[in-house]
Amino acid sequence: MPRPGFVLEVDRSTPPILFHHGEQFRLEKLPPGRSRVIYPAEPLEPLEDIEGAIRDALLNPLGDSQPLPSLLKPGMKLTIAFDDISLPLPPMKRPDVRQRVIEQVLDIAAAAGVDDVHIIAALALHRRMTESELRHALGDRIYDAFAPHGALYNHDAEDPDNLTFIGATDRGEEVEINKRAAESDLLIYVNINLVAMDGGWKSTATGLSSYRSLRHHHNVQTMQHSRSFMDQHKSELHSSNWRMGKVLRDSGVKVFQIETTLNNDVFGQDGPMSVLQKREWEWGTRDRLAFLAMKKGLDKLSPKARRQIFHSWKAPHNVTSVQAGEVEAVHERTTSHVYEQHLVPIEGQADILTMGLPYICPYNVNSIMNPILVMCLGLGYFFNLYRGQPLVREGGVVIMSHPTPWEFHPVHHPSYIDFFEQVLADTTDPKVIEDRYEKQFAEDEWYRHLYRTSYAYHGVHPFYMWYWGAHGMQHVGRTIIVGGDTRAVRRMGFMPASTLQDALEMATDVVGRDATITHVHNPPILMADVT
Amino acid sequence: MPETARPTARFVGVPNRAGRRVGTGAPAGPDGCERAGGDGRVKALVFERKPAKYAAAMAAGKLVPGGGAKVGPLRLRGDHDVPDLPGPGWHYVKPRLAGICGSDLATIDGRSSRYFEPIVSFPFVPGHEVVADLVDPGDPKAEPDGSYRVVLEPVLGCVTRGIEPVCRFCERGDLGNCVNIAFGGIEPGLQTGYCCETGGGWSTLMIAHESQLHRVPADMSDESAVMIEPAACAVHAADATLSEPVVVLGAGTLGLLTIAALAHFHPGLEIMAVVKHPEQRRLAKLLGAHFVVEPSELRRGVRRWMGSMAFGDGSIDNVTDGVSRVYDCVGSSDSVQTAMSVLAPGGELRLIGMAGNVELDLTPLWHKEINLRGAYAYGYEDRFERRTFDMAFELVQAKDLGRLVSATYPLSRYEEAIGHAATAGARGAVKVAFDLRDEKERNR
Repeated sequence: MPRPGFVLEVDRSTPPILFHHGEQFRLEKLPPGRSRVIYPAEPLEPLEDIEGAIRDALLNPLGDSQPLPSLLKPGMKLTIAFDDISLPLPPMKRPDVRQRVIEQVLDIAAAAGVDDVHIIAALALHRRMTESELRHALGDRIYDAFAPHGALYNHDAEDPDNLTFIGATDRGEEVEINKRAAESDLLIYVNINLVAMDGGWKSTATGLSSYRSLRHHHNVQTMQHSRSFMDQHKSELHSSNWRMGKVLRDSGVKVFQIETTLNNDVFGQDGPMSVLQKREWEWGTRDRLAFLAMKKGLDKLSPKARRQIFHSWKAPHNVTSVQAGEVEAVHERTTSHVYEQHLVPIEGQADILTMGLPYICPYNVNSIMNPILVMCLGLGYFFNLYRGQPLVREGGVVIMSHPTPWEFHPVHHPSYIDFFEQVLADTTDPKVIEDRYEKQFAEDEWYRHLYRTSYAYHGVHPFYMWYWGAHGMQHVGRTIIVGGDTRAVRRMGFMPASTLQDALEMATDVVGRDATITHVHNPPILMADVT
Repeated sequence: MPETARPTARFVGVPNRAGRRVGTGAPAGPDGCERAGGDGRVKALVFERKPAKYAAAMAAGKLVPGGGAKVGPLRLRGDHDVPDLPGPGWHYVKPRLAGICGSDLATIDGRSSRYFEPIVSFPFVPGHEVVADLVDPGDPKAEPDGSYRVVLEPVLGCVTRGIEPVCRFCERGDLGNCVNIAFGGIEPGLQTGYCCETGGGWSTLMIAHESQLHRVPADMSDESAVMIEPAACAVHAADATLSEPVVVLGAGTLGLLTIAALAHFHPGLEIMAVVKHPEQRRLAKLLGAHFVVEPSELRRGVRRWMGSMAFGDGSIDNVTDGVSRVYDCVGSSDSVQTAMSVLAPGGELRLIGMAGNVELDLTPLWHKEINLRGAYAYGYEDRFERRTFDMAFELVQAKDLGRLVSATYPLSRYEEAIGHAATAGARGAVKVAFDLRDEKERNR
């Protein structure tokens, strides 16, 4: 029986706490008597028969959906969309759950005589997936059967000939999605619900849409009113997507949603990284030696070599549930599974929230964690991993640990470079940035060209990353990054600190000397249920 | 001097008294200069023709910017000969402030092109950015009262050399293009500060022809006045006939002045400045730049600014449709190469910084049909129908450019001064100058 999440009150006997620090690690002593550490739950038990669970979900759908076989007819147009490279994190060991699901869907479709099938990576404004990434997610069998015939491809949100305007919500939010998906007799969406933000109507209304649509909810106003965007019922981001989902449904777009959840097994139960899965006071001699050896070894390597090692890691990530059928019914069940793995009950807010940011976030798989993504991971994702209220009080301090190099992947993140050099040099205020610069970047022809033909994130994407942190920036009084490139940290309007102790000292200006501290021991992922 | 529509220089109204003409009849100095042998001695920094020391300066300058001052041919002398007046119209002037220019630094650090060899004469006293007191003509020992300050227009053209008729360039006012800078009544020297006969601003006494002198208004500070000559260079270079955005590459003295000149004389022109240091960023914005980027950000900045496409898969080697003009105020291989990469086809690269020897891939110049054009000195600005120096006076006053003088030194601390000037940007400075107002030797 896996143990649930846990809150450790730090005392003098508490060993140094592990902080992820990009492709490195730090061991930090937290002040006793006023610090606590939130640990994630241990990985939930995986499904014993994944194939059986998938089959069962397809044949016994939730909500008012018919079983999948009864929805498939010869001569129909079928589109299967799936979550892109941003999920899961880190990428999972083969076979990826998307492959397992889609293989069964294709078998059922073939049995029903459906031969007009397209498979689309629902990447919205993310970068296109490479062949090897598609093969990893879907398997060689699917790739070889579909890609050579042009039936497996990446969604293109900038191809006007392959987008369909569906309509607008009662609030004027325009809904425009992939034409093939919109015109299919059935759209099957296959997701991985890694965190509570994922899935539901967001899958189709975001993953297969265009800038014209996305701008209605990927904006500062929405993000500042999503508290948090991990809590669907308090999230304006989700409300907007759900309104768009209604437009899709009412217009006749028929969606069969398949959602999957994974457990927290990020680093494995044995092997070189397994120590990262454990709580420090439970480290045995072998764990300590393994950690020290790993740390020393990594510290001697170049950043590039470290990056290669970490990005080659594939997580065990076992499947804990599969749901299929009507979108909202499916997502309700899925969310409960996500919460079962992630939620940790917490009482009260702290003055200071500390976090050790790892090497990966949704937008730098096989890439570089640039400073904007560091901000997004910290003040966006980690900060928003709460239900109820933030872990840190309003006006408090967030301390993040990450090297934050002034480094960008030129192919994946070209507009990020310009955003960092030109926009953040002007202002870091999300609202000013949105008003002054977003349109220019969103409509820039070069970014469009690179998004469509190369492997670049869309020109507007760095804006969304900045907006993702808008609630956090608005909420906290100071953000400090430990061990980061000082120029890069300052460019983002944050304060650099060499050590955690320095950062805590710097925080006293804002929260005083006896400030309470909460450290989120993430990854593996946890979500705080703060009362 | 009779006024003409396009006068070759602005005569400030000094009474035209005959000076002694010693020139060609004087005995040759040890380095071949027919130097005057007037009464007395002056304190001066003297640059001599000493190849071994020049080589040492070259090596030292590569190690430490300005390092050539310690080991090279420049030395402080307290017994430099008082220059003699070569003929009518020449006057003694006593420098008050004399700036240290990029071309001076190139000379001191052994980076100057051999192109200059025939158009300078040794030993020379550097210093061509000069505000000085005009002293009683014919009496180098006369004590000025500061009531008649002048700025030097240092080009030694036909008029100063006593050549008649003047060359066609001087005739039309393009003094910087004079073809007689090595001929006539005085020794070779493209400007005062590179001629063995005139002395230079880095001294307590020098001579100047009346055609070179511009009277400084009483309400103008010495700091502002010493910026007139470099400002004139910028005004001449910053000629713009375009409404399209331009890039000013480099934000040392010349770069900042070019930004100021573009902003002042071409209002509405959009300017992107390329700066290295925080203080340069502040000043570039203050003087009129609309966008400021660092050198490594230029290609991306121009691409986005112009809405251009770019070659390269996310990294940018060349923008396809860049700016129409780049003012290169650096003149290095890197700056020229970068400038070509951000120019639109048919664009113009205007080289303001003294380039010297550079190594370039000229393929973009060929492929994009880029026009490469130099910008040297000053003269007469056709489009404004004004002399450049007149416009420079206006610019310096309008933009309060005296504030760009960051530090001054006495001659005795010349190594320190040159070191400071050579690293000015990194140290938050712009113009470094010698302050000769308090030199006790000034009036000895």
